[in-house]
Amino acid sequence: MFYNEMFEGSEVRAPYAMLSDWVDTMPADMRQMKQAEAEALFRRIGITFAVYGEGGDPDRLIPFDMMPRVFLQGEWRRLERGIKQRARALNAFLRDVYSRGEIIRAGRIPARLVYQNAAYEKAVVGFVPPRGVFSHIVGIDIVRTGRDDFHVLEDNCRTPSGVSYMLENREIMMRMFPALFRNNRIEPVDQYPEILRRTLASVAPAKCADEPTVVILTPGHFNSAYYEHSFLANLMGVELVEGNDLFVDAGLVYMRTTEGPKRVDVIYRRIDDPFLDPLCFRKDSMLGVPGLMDVYRSGGVAIASAPGAGVADDKAVYTYVPEMIRFYLGEEPLLQNVPTWTLWKEDDYKYVMANLADLVVKEVHGSGGYGMLIGPKASKDEIARFADLIRANPDNYIAQPTLALSTSPTFVAEGVAPRHVDLRPFCLCGDRLELVPGGLTRVALREGSLVVNSSQGGGVKDTWVLSE
Amino acid sequence: MLCRTAANLFWMGRHLERAETAARLLDVGARMTLLPNTEAGYRNEWESLLRAAGSQHSFAGSYGDSITQENIESWLFFDKENPSSVTSCLEQAREGGRIVRTALTSQVWDALNVAFQELRDLSRRLRSQVDTSMLTDFTTRHGATVRGAINASQLRNDGWHFINLGYSLERADATSRLLDVKYFVLLPRIEFIGSGLDNYQWQVILRALSAHRAFHWAYGGEITAGKVADFLILNGESPRSLLSSLYEAVWNLDRLTRRYGEAVPASASALAHETLERLMAHDIDAIFDEGLHEFLSWFIGEIGSISDAVHDDYFSGRM
Amino acid sequence: MKLKILHETSYSYDAPIEALAQSLRLTPSVHEGQRVGEWRISVSGGQRGAGFRDGAGDWVEGWTVRGPIDKVVVTIQGLIETRDTAGVLRGHRETINPLVYMRSTPATRSNDALQALAHSVKGEDGLDLAHELSAAVHGAIAYVPGATEVWTSAAEALALGQGVCQDHAHALIACARARGLPARYVSGYLHSNLDGTPHDAAHAWAEIHVGTLGWVGFDAANACCPDDRYIRLGSGYDAPDAAPVRGMAFGPSRESLDVRVHVEEIQQ
Repeated sequence: MFYNEMFEGSEVRAPYAMLSDWVDTMPADMRQMKQAEAEALFRRIGITFAVYGEGGDPDRLIPFDMMPRVFLQGEWRRLERGIKQRARALNAFLRDVYSRGEIIRAGRIPARLVYQNAAYEKAVVGFVPPRGVFSHIVGIDIVRTGRDDFHVLEDNCRTPSGVSYMLENREIMMRMFPALFRNNRIEPVDQYPEILRRTLASVAPAKCADEPTVVILTPGHFNSAYYEHSFLANLMGVELVEGNDLFVDAGLVYMRTTEGPKRVDVIYRRIDDPFLDPLCFRKDSMLGVPGLMDVYRSGGVAIASAPGAGVADDKAVYTYVPEMIRFYLGEEPLLQNVPTWTLWKEDDYKYVMANLADLVVKEVHGSGGYGMLIGPKASKDEIARFADLIRANPDNYIAQPTLALSTSPTFVAEGVAPRHVDLRPFCLCGDRLELVPGGLTRVALREGSLVVNSSQGGGVKDTWVLSE
Repeated sequence: MLCRTAANLFWMGRHLERAETAARLLDVGARMTLLPNTEAGYRNEWESLLRAAGSQHSFAGSYGDSITQENIESWLFFDKENPSSVTSCLEQAREGGRIVRTALTSQVWDALNVAFQELRDLSRRLRSQVDTSMLTDFTTRHGATVRGAINASQLRNDGWHFINLGYSLERADATSRLLDVKYFVLLPRIEFIGSGLDNYQWQVILRALSAHRAFHWAYGGEITAGKVADFLILNGESPRSLLSSLYEAVWNLDRLTRRYGEAVPASASALAHETLERLMAHDIDAIFDEGLHEFLSWFIGEIGSISDAVHDDYFSGRM
Repeated sequence: MKLKILHETSYSYDAPIEALAQSLRLTPSVHEGQRVGEWRISVSGGQRGAGFRDGAGDWVEGWTVRGPIDKVVVTIQGLIETRDTAGVLRGHRETINPLVYMRSTPATRSNDALQALAHSVKGEDGLDLAHELSAAVHGAIAYVPGATEVWTSAAEALALGQGVCQDHAHALIACARARGLPARYVSGYLHSNLDGTPHDAAHAWAEIHVGTLGWVGFDAANACCPDDRYIRLGSGYDAPDAAPVRGMAFGPSRESLDVRVHVEEIQQ
């Protein structure tokens, strides 16, 4: 059965006690009015999910559900410890595999999975970034399956997106329902941009003498996450640059300003590794900065997240994160992994092929809910077709049981009904680890659906942590 | 400020002003057709409008020979094939604003975005429900809202100067081109000069520049070609005159020069000052002697050069 | 051998460029087979950024040139003493795990013909197999200058049966990886061909990782292992990745290239 976060039988659970009244006393027409108001606000502010080249409305809104998702402080503190533990272990792993590779020498993770991984970046080997941090923003996707049971679905160590929704969802809720915030003690999240700026400044390279200049590097305004890039730059008070705005001169990076070149110390990049530097990676990249990697490796600039950080969030490497926690931290994992079958192991392969109808199968490098099979929802034909794909390249797949994702109350046409949710909190790693009390809750708006991705009919909610 | 940001702000200003110009051209054309007594009928006026907008050939590319009021409305307001249509300009201004979102206040972004959303709604309506004055009103109303938001909320920093530089150079260019419409209209019928029709056409231009009443405050009496031209070229109180527009550009360039100091080249400022001096050395009789069209062509060329110099000085991204 | 190197690359542009950024791997590797006397890199009108030794043990320097400029000359002048180590790369400090060099690239991607070639030979052990593979590639691709282009892949060169040292190296790398041996591309200089004629061009060969011996060089073009006639600069997955000079000019200009290499033995 699914864990219902609001109800235990007919009893309302503690976190949702006051929301229960709020919902019961809200007239239906009021709800519709507020929903329309929220939508108009999102559109006006311009938070749209730009999708170019697919026809239809190029400025799509991600559906926003006004019903918040609530955690008690005690629940959150436990989650927080687990998330920080995981972020620490992932960074320790990255530090290790780009130097001596102790965890591999110790036989705790297969060498092949790391060194033959497409995300493993030769150009970073032997380099230790400032403060030893490779992944400065770790987004960890978490699902709940019981009152005390949380599982990590996936780690995002490169450039996890979605934090702008966490901030805007809160902003809009506060604008529309100020009374809810006055009458409840909801921990704030709006300090996130300042903490992010401080985190980035704390990893400035040694060659930076003054107050570090931080910039956000975007692939440009056609990128679907451009809104988030410009939103964060705005709240952090830093420049939002494109590759062409930057250039390398005599071993340092500068940006082109109306008053001449200005030195840049820390680059929070929102472009993928292959596009960072055409001299080092893809020659045809027009998005990057020629010579950037040489400056990076010689300590002239910091890049967040470090190139090559993606080797830690690979779905195959994921299965070894509990092992990393034990190996580097000497601790037991506080958050559990979802049990995962890796199809390059013969026993796992046999089991998975025999039970496809009950399992979720994912591509190792896939994302966004594409390239996956949800066994219980798939037709016989779909399963047969997917089985052929697996047979052709078993290394490319992992399988997991279909998870009993918890449900959170959600506004639907008939009123309020349970819908499945997940959670992406954002852990910041610099001179210390920080986590704001909240995150992005994604909700599968279709009844019974377990897919929360915005590209496939998912929506978002505000996520509350109640002070006690 | 990033060079790219400065360039985007400058062009945002230009596109916003250009959207208004397209709407004003539309208004001039619509009013001129209310006088049915030219031999070639309406067609003549509309054609002159296209020539003034510099888009005679591209119009023909989309609509062929069919110069009708509805096609011109489409072309000047809705058509995305026309880079100077209201829709194109507003979309470019909004996209430019989105790119430099961090350099705009939320009020400005909000105003731009609302204009953009309403433009979309408008373009979905049936054409039979939309008339010319509605389109011009829409454009001037949103233009004023955005400009108001800029002046009320933006910091008076270099970004503000770049936006206003864009506005003022574009306006100098636009007023020149609108004045030139008159030239194109009259070109085939030189005997109309000084006729009642001639004066009516001058009035229309005043109206299109929202300067009809201001003109009367400033000059009074009968509308003559000399007075109108003086008002729109050399009068420093007239908000859209060439002198006022150029003066505003010079002022913004001076501010930038002072702010940036000697390390940043100031060729645009020097050129603008020189053009301003030459403009002020003219009186209206001299301009008519020289030929209005020749004078306007010179001036449009100068504005182009100043704009190029702004690019070289501030947007080229010297390493 | 004591060798003197002069390597000059001139970049000419049909219109002045705004700037040029380069990443240079033009300094000899540090290993038992070579000892550098003096070594000078200069870029006309250029500024040297910081240098560093990367995970593959190569010394990398970033250089930038500010325009407007229409010609840039990169000059290497050096003296080096080399020793024959029978191709074995000993005393070379690197941190990259050999497994990383199992990765295939467009230039070294395998196909049926390369697989067939790779499996046409037998070897007692890794080293033996590597020698056999090198000989097989030498036999399958005739040395014909001008037959291939810089972007020709291993598969294309094998189908053509002709190529230059770059093609031999790519084909050998593809074959070695097909047999489970990590392999990489090495760029450098060659003093003279086996018959003693001066080489006077940059050279390239492959290195194959063979168990306990580590990395061993194989020059399939010349059917030998690198000896004291070879100077090793740097390595990579394939020719573009191992390129001693990587650069990008800002500006719409077209670039033309002129390269002169001279390697001369100095008599004691």
